[in-house]
Amino acid sequence: MAFDTGVAVLVLGVAVWTIAARDTFAAVVGFVAYGLLLALVWVRLAAPDVALTEAAIGSGVTGGLMLGASTRLRRTDTPAVGEKPGAVLRLAAAVLCALVSAGLAAIVLLFPEPAPTLAPPAAANLEVTGLGNPVTAVLMAYRAIDTLLETVVLLLALVGIWSLAPDGIWGGFPGPRHKADSEGVLTFVAQLLVPVGILVGIYIFWVGSVAPGGEFQGATILAAMWILTMMAGQVDAPPVSQRWLRLLLIAGPAVFLAIGLAGFAMVGAFLAYPVDYAKVLIVTIEIPVTLSIAATLALLVAGPPERAPK
Amino acid sequence: MSDAILYGLCGAVLVGLGLFGLIVHPQPLRKILAFNLIGGGVFLLFGVVARRGAAAGFGGDPVPHALIITGIVVAFAATALAIALLLRLFRETGRTTLGSDG
Repeated sequence: MAFDTGVAVLVLGVAVWTIAARDTFAAVVGFVAYGLLLALVWVRLAAPDVALTEAAIGSGVTGGLMLGASTRLRRTDTPAVGEKPGAVLRLAAAVLCALVSAGLAAIVLLFPEPAPTLAPPAAANLEVTGLGNPVTAVLMAYRAIDTLLETVVLLLALVGIWSLAPDGIWGGFPGPRHKADSEGVLTFVAQLLVPVGILVGIYIFWVGSVAPGGEFQGATILAAMWILTMMAGQVDAPPVSQRWLRLLLIAGPAVFLAIGLAGFAMVGAFLAYPVDYAKVLIVTIEIPVTLSIAATLALLVAGPPERAPK
Repeated sequence: MSDAILYGLCGAVLVGLGLFGLIVHPQPLRKILAFNLIGGGVFLLFGVVARRGAAAGFGGDPVPHALIITGIVVAFAATALAIALLLRLFRETGRTTLGSDG
């Protein structure tokens, strides 16, 4: 209990810092710490799968993206005169937000007893899916349609970002070209860490069927390794008009959709798997989905094309 | 008071804090940051619901856990798109203000 109280106080302290810090860069650093602390909270709430996702995506990749943006926008850090809200508005906002928090706190204290849960049916059908991790079973079997739509949402976000490229640069290279410094620390880290990171990413993905882990967590680590090699200047980001890249991006959702439709023929329902082949089909979906998500996440971070295609 | 309730109250305060930042910060990047803070609080509230649903040998209800994982990934995609829009606005105008008059 004492440990949990300490963690909760730390989370709230870092959150206050993120909102109150004068400097945007400092606020973003606070946000990264906030994400890592939340990952600790998820472990305490017996949700290791969520903890991995929070640390990798919520804190790591989102934080990296925001650090980059805050550096580019440093010049606009001081708001123009007349943009800062007055004392009255700030007070009104504080009262409103305190009311929202109080309402949510009241709901937390008045939760129904006994708590509603879907854990028993999830456990009862786990064996049929051939999986050992109930969260993966929800993501890939019970609620597979959510995951299918999620992969499509990621692609839509990427299309949105690419379409922000100016006309002349359409289909070009995303982001600036990072120069390789053969003596630099970043190059050293990229060469040392990337092979290990790729192995860890594949392991986290593979172990997800029986233990905490899965395609999103594994894909994020793979994406981070690609981003690292791009930042170290070891490789350039591919031009977004490349056919192999487009195929890589849609492979996951396409295989997912194809096997989902095949469910009509095999069992008579969308995204239904025949019992004997459930595990095989789920892994067949997961491999291309992991690769597609990794590529999509890395390109979401790389941003819209900034250099014309050759 | 159980640990789950403690973290639930923490999530409630986080939502309020994030909402405050979203309203009072004029810079769009700070608003995006505050919005992600709200997201963390909402996920935490949902995580407490999952924790209370612990049964059948699981430490928590796996269905909300899977939904939270989906939520975190979608929140990232939306944040990436928002930041790309913001950087394009900055490139076009040299400013990032949300004010209507130039």
